[in-house]
Amino acid sequence: MSELTVDTPRPSLTGFTLPLTTAFGAFFGLIAGSASGSVLIGLVAGAVIAAALAFGLCTLHGNKTIRRGHGKWIGAAVFGVLGLIVGGVSGLLAGALIGIAVGWFALWLHTGAYRDNVPIYATGPQVLWHNTFLFICGAVFFFLIAPILTIIPLSFNAENFFTFTPEMIALDPEGYSLKHYNDFFTNPDWQQALWNSVKIAPAATFIAVSLGTLAAIGLSQSHVPFRRAIMAIMISPMIVPLIISAAGMYFFYSRIGLQGTYVGVVLAHAALGIPFVIITVTATLVGFDRSLTRAAANMGANPVTTFFKVQMPLILPGVISGGLFAFITSFDEVVVVIFVGSANQQTLPWQMFTGLREQISPTILAVATILVCLSIALLTTIELLRRRSEKMRGLSPG
Amino acid sequence: MRLKTLLLASSGIIAAGMAHSAAHGEMADSMTLVSWGGAYQNSQQMAYVVPYLEMNPDVSVTWDESSNEAVAKLRAMNEAGNVTWDLVDVVASDAIRLCDEGLAMEIDHDEMLAPAPDGTPASEDFGDLIVSDCYIPQIVYSTTVGYRTNVEAWNGNTPTDICALFDTETFPGQRALEKRPINNMEWALLCDGVAKEDVYDVLETSEGQDRALAKLDTIKDDTVWWSAGADTPQLLADGEIVMGSTYNGRLFSLIVEQDQPVEMLWDAQVFDLDGWIIPAGLPEDRLARVMDFVRFATDTQRLADQSKYISYGPARASSAPMVGQHAELGIEMAPHMPTDPANATNTFLYNYEWWADYRDDLDAKFQAWLAQ
Repeated sequence: MSELTVDTPRPSLTGFTLPLTTAFGAFFGLIAGSASGSVLIGLVAGAVIAAALAFGLCTLHGNKTIRRGHGKWIGAAVFGVLGLIVGGVSGLLAGALIGIAVGWFALWLHTGAYRDNVPIYATGPQVLWHNTFLFICGAVFFFLIAPILTIIPLSFNAENFFTFTPEMIALDPEGYSLKHYNDFFTNPDWQQALWNSVKIAPAATFIAVSLGTLAAIGLSQSHVPFRRAIMAIMISPMIVPLIISAAGMYFFYSRIGLQGTYVGVVLAHAALGIPFVIITVTATLVGFDRSLTRAAANMGANPVTTFFKVQMPLILPGVISGGLFAFITSFDEVVVVIFVGSANQQTLPWQMFTGLREQISPTILAVATILVCLSIALLTTIELLRRRSEKMRGLSPG
Repeated sequence: MRLKTLLLASSGIIAAGMAHSAAHGEMADSMTLVSWGGAYQNSQQMAYVVPYLEMNPDVSVTWDESSNEAVAKLRAMNEAGNVTWDLVDVVASDAIRLCDEGLAMEIDHDEMLAPAPDGTPASEDFGDLIVSDCYIPQIVYSTTVGYRTNVEAWNGNTPTDICALFDTETFPGQRALEKRPINNMEWALLCDGVAKEDVYDVLETSEGQDRALAKLDTIKDDTVWWSAGADTPQLLADGEIVMGSTYNGRLFSLIVEQDQPVEMLWDAQVFDLDGWIIPAGLPEDRLARVMDFVRFATDTQRLADQSKYISYGPARASSAPMVGQHAELGIEMAPHMPTDPANATNTFLYNYEWWADYRDDLDAKFQAWLAQ
């Protein structure tokens, strides 16, 4: 038996690889050109360099001097050197990045690697769609992440504006400073706001988790009447536009003397957090085996002991991830607190909101960077807990 | 203190109420002041609040940076019957609205406010700046235009008058204008050949409004519209725009404190006021505290002190000669004041009453024009 090998034909160099790489290079040239103020020159230069690079790489690959993986490094070297000549250190960096993309792209096309993940019988349009789809996914990811990544270097700006200064772009250490972080940690307004957030969020989370968990357990009992209606009401703070909840709470809390108090803000945030806890705990309860509580009761444990010794440990991942969502909701919330709180309860998001409107100071970016890191840490925790919960669910007999 | 109490006790119902509670020591020991945040609020903190707290160490002051939406919030507070603010900093036209709606307390300026050092009563010292019976002016600021000094496409030309805004031939590039009709409509008419004293007469007619909008149409494609005072300085600093309107204090900070390549025009600067109003219906003890604070914070010395921190002109005539040097940089502040004679050669008097009447109509028309 001879092994069946399939030879995909090499795509045509002049009819396929060269024009596509040229267009790809022209696109980057356009971006680089518009950044430096000469769109047309950038466009033409990008196209020409990319075409030359693609031709060189394909020739070298044809006579087996290089392998496919080398393309991006050669591209990086070529574009990097050109970038260095045109734009200094930052040009080197940007050029290297573009070079990696263009070099990889040229050989990816030339070697037919773009067909690697589609069946051999796929038609041209199918292959095109497969790769376009991957590209769209990448673009979505990029547009979601890029704004967040931009603020991080800007927060180390040595100037008091949201501007990439020439010093920053040249990677000059003079252009960077920690002064906005310093401002955040020393300015009494920001410290007061941080302290308020730290006081409000955990208290709101505690209330939301306690009430939300109890509600979820109650609503998961099949004998409770009107379960769906009650559930819908409990979830409503998540669905009703925030501004409506906020205005409603403002007038209600004003009447009963809670407006502008610490307790008022905590209660308002707890109400916003409860739906998250209910949803995550209800989801965990689906995998909870009821016979365990019956077994516990059979062995003489009262319902409270059963809850804390048997049920709670098993649904804990759901409770914790619900709690984290409730915490982040309170920690990030700006609309309700502006209505329900007074100046004494200014939280971090509120301070950021007014700061952004009245004085655009990069301190806001420093705070945003800190919050982004905090959110990443919390979401990682949630993901780890989710995996643990899945594992445990797999083990449980239900 | 006793003397002041006695003096006040002899006059007016409000003052009597205050004197009564003051005599019994029933002043609230906390105050919520509402202002604009940023450098302006800082100047109030340094010039009024810090010295006041030194004299009254048991008092605490909280700032709420909500002046921007003060009218809406005061309406809501009034409706909810829970006014949490004690003293609110607003611009003249907002003060007029709040006073008309009964949300701000009417005051007797001569009774409540300290006279000038030479004995001139407060109402004369503030003069025409008392635009409403509820209003206690603090500073005069102006809206004016800043431009970048290193725009290559201008071939060495620099703007000298307000009409540079509309001259995209000589001064190409993006501009920033405020996203509301006030100031923009007046400037457009001035640069369309209307004489300064006729601007509001022309603007009263529908044709005049269309004329102003048509003038603005010529730069609409080159204009970024701002809504917060911090926007224009930010856009100027990072070169997104080549010129734009904003408050003169913001430009002072950008040019002098932040050392950016920007200059400013004083031509056709539009004066406006910032001042305090006291919300109507405060409980007696809080009112007593606010009255005590306001009397101190708006005296001649305090208003002059404020100009050490920000380049806004004090509202009292008697404060003007006392304007000194910048608190940190040590430069003379007088040449940076909008009211300085050298800067005020060609000012535009913004007509509060006219705008109070026409604001709603023109806002709608302007927003519709923006959306076209």
